[in-house]
Amino acid sequence: MSTDTSASPLAHLTPEDIEEIGRELDAIRDEVMADLGEEDAAYIRKVIAAQRGLEIAGRGALLVSLFPPAWLAGTTMLSVAKILENMELGHNIMHGQWDWMRDPEIHSTTWEWDNVSSSDGWKHSHNFQHHTFTNVLGKDRDLGYTLLRIDPEQPWHPLHLFQPVTNTVLALFFEWGVAFYDLEIDEARAGKRPWSNVASDVKRLAKKATKQLSKDYLLWPALSGPSFLPAFLGNVTANAARNVWTHGVIFCGHFPDGVQTFDYTEDQLEAETRGDWYLRQLVGSANIDGSRAMHIMTGNLSYQIEHHLFPDLPSNRYAEVAPRVKEICERYDLPYVSGSLPKQYAQVVRKVVRMSFPGGGGAPPAPTARGRPPTRPPPWRRGRRAVACGSWRTPPR
Amino acid sequence: MHVLDVAASLTTPLLPDDYLTYLNPLWSRREPRGRVDAVMPETADSATIWLTPGIGWPAHTPGQYVRVGVDVDGVRHWRTYSLTSVPGRKDKRIAITVKAIPDGVVSNHLVRHARRGMIVRLAPPAGEFVLPDAITEPMLFVTAGSGVTPVLGMLRALAAAGPLPDIAHVHLAPSRDEVIAGKDLRHLEQRHPAYRLHEHHDDRRGLFDVVALDALVPDWRERPTWACGPAPLLDALSDRFDAEGVADHLNIERFRPVVAADGAAGAGGLVRFTASGREVEADGATPCSPSARTPASSCPAAAVWASVTPVSAPCAAAASAICAPASRSTATPMTRRTSARASPPQPAPSTSPSSAKGPAR
Repeated sequence: MSTDTSASPLAHLTPEDIEEIGRELDAIRDEVMADLGEEDAAYIRKVIAAQRGLEIAGRGALLVSLFPPAWLAGTTMLSVAKILENMELGHNIMHGQWDWMRDPEIHSTTWEWDNVSSSDGWKHSHNFQHHTFTNVLGKDRDLGYTLLRIDPEQPWHPLHLFQPVTNTVLALFFEWGVAFYDLEIDEARAGKRPWSNVASDVKRLAKKATKQLSKDYLLWPALSGPSFLPAFLGNVTANAARNVWTHGVIFCGHFPDGVQTFDYTEDQLEAETRGDWYLRQLVGSANIDGSRAMHIMTGNLSYQIEHHLFPDLPSNRYAEVAPRVKEICERYDLPYVSGSLPKQYAQVVRKVVRMSFPGGGGAPPAPTARGRPPTRPPPWRRGRRAVACGSWRTPPR
Repeated sequence: MHVLDVAASLTTPLLPDDYLTYLNPLWSRREPRGRVDAVMPETADSATIWLTPGIGWPAHTPGQYVRVGVDVDGVRHWRTYSLTSVPGRKDKRIAITVKAIPDGVVSNHLVRHARRGMIVRLAPPAGEFVLPDAITEPMLFVTAGSGVTPVLGMLRALAAAGPLPDIAHVHLAPSRDEVIAGKDLRHLEQRHPAYRLHEHHDDRRGLFDVVALDALVPDWRERPTWACGPAPLLDALSDRFDAEGVADHLNIERFRPVVAADGAAGAGGLVRFTASGREVEADGATPCSPSARTPASSCPAAAVWASVTPVSAPCAAAASAICAPASRSTATPMTRRTSARASPPQPAPSTSPSSAKGPAR
């Protein structure tokens, strides 16, 4: 940890450093990928079996949820099942983390998740847009999900005054937020996407959502007979619990203090090397500290940094990769933003509130921060690519 | 099936299958499985594996093969093996006979590590290397090594139905000990006077020359012939039959090159969709299957699940074959489900429920 106060936490790196960091991270990835085998396959199958068992048990208990302990047990099990399904299974399998097994039942091209949005739309907006353009202003739509102002560089609008409320509603109905977000209505408005595409996506969403809603709120409660209402409420609670949890985990992955955003032009993105890309992922993500159970419940997105460096590495391997990534950060004097869930969540909430007002660029840096996010392309690129980066200022040395 | 359709609305986005297979793996209708019941060694490096197939597995025709999906070190591999059991057994069991080839990931795993209770994936039986419905003429079988396996299936089925018809069988093997099911074959010869087995062991008589047919089976030109074995033998036979003007008598089963089936360590390549004629680039882990999650396309995803095979000249046939083993389901559109907006060109997603019913049912 240094006391560097220059504009970017990457300012001190030479082009050779960046290339070497890229090589080291590639080596870590290759090593783990080559080591995948039987035990990893057994792990994901175990999680799938546990998730299905919990879901069946939870729904079973809700059948007799007039009896309050059954309601409590059923709702808890269903909530946990839905969280596991969303995070450790859905998110990671759809990333292709388990494609190496060549099992069509556990594969990114076939997996469909227990979510109102279809997996196809999500895979595009998440796997492609978010993971390629992580934290690039104007490119990574995950920066505030087109709904919130989350960075001082994003223009302020009076509607942002309500964003603490908007954010709370978003948390409770997060799966719907994701569904509408995947429709990319903002892109269609900007003329970057034909409206006919939006229309067909709406149709797909309606079809999937109808199935999802009738399962959770109609068919299972109806099967519960006299327990219809408590079973219905149990499903409402489980979905809300899953929504609030996933929203929290995901926001803690990119919005705590000290995480960098990037104001790049197309040319600058185009000119990024492997090492540059790794570094943007590294300083654009934040981890959550916690127990093994907590990590599994977050789908190992508590290892957000490792996930962003190696999005298709099986999630059960992030824990072993983390110390090695951290070691690289220490050696090259790079930030590695990490903190407990309450701490990170508090920072996210504070940011959402602060950004509801204009300005905010001078927000006090958190202990882990290397300084405010760069307001212009990071200086560390300048020396190497004079053509693309001609107007950048010289890094202070 | 109506019950399952109703159940599917309770399990959506999963299928009842996804839960039922925990109760009994053989109940999967989407990805039919088989359970290993016994492993019987044949020779030092081959074994017959008895399997109970899952519900809905159709009866095979003797001479056909089955594609078997086996997990080795966490990775699913698909291989094709001839069925060597008599179809329609009361206990529903089927048998495949596997010869461990040097460095063969799957064959070695099956011969040496298959145990009772092991679950494998099973595609429906396929293959055109079968006997006519009515046998009216004397026949000739020419087999070599593990090429005997489809013919074993035929012989056993014929023997189960009655006395064997007039069959001359020329079988080549490196040595007497290495004849797969050698005891069975010799036993058949003893019991059925019309069946004549001519064993050729390389260790004693050197490599077989097709000219030797004239001495072993003088009337071979009149016999419809079924031949299975290594490519050089089949090529030599083809040439001989061509030269004698009896090429239409020869039925050949070639063992497909398995080299590429592992996608050269997952390298991927070009996939050709035989039904649509489209070609797409795919990496080694991309399935050529329709969605495994939608009941409409619950045709055996396994059957069209392909380790992507590079379409270089010698492997083109294999790639097409692997991606379209369901020769009886040419109506099945094989699509890769990826984001419709993803950049690479995609085959049109066309999983119409009516045409997507596969042969596994």
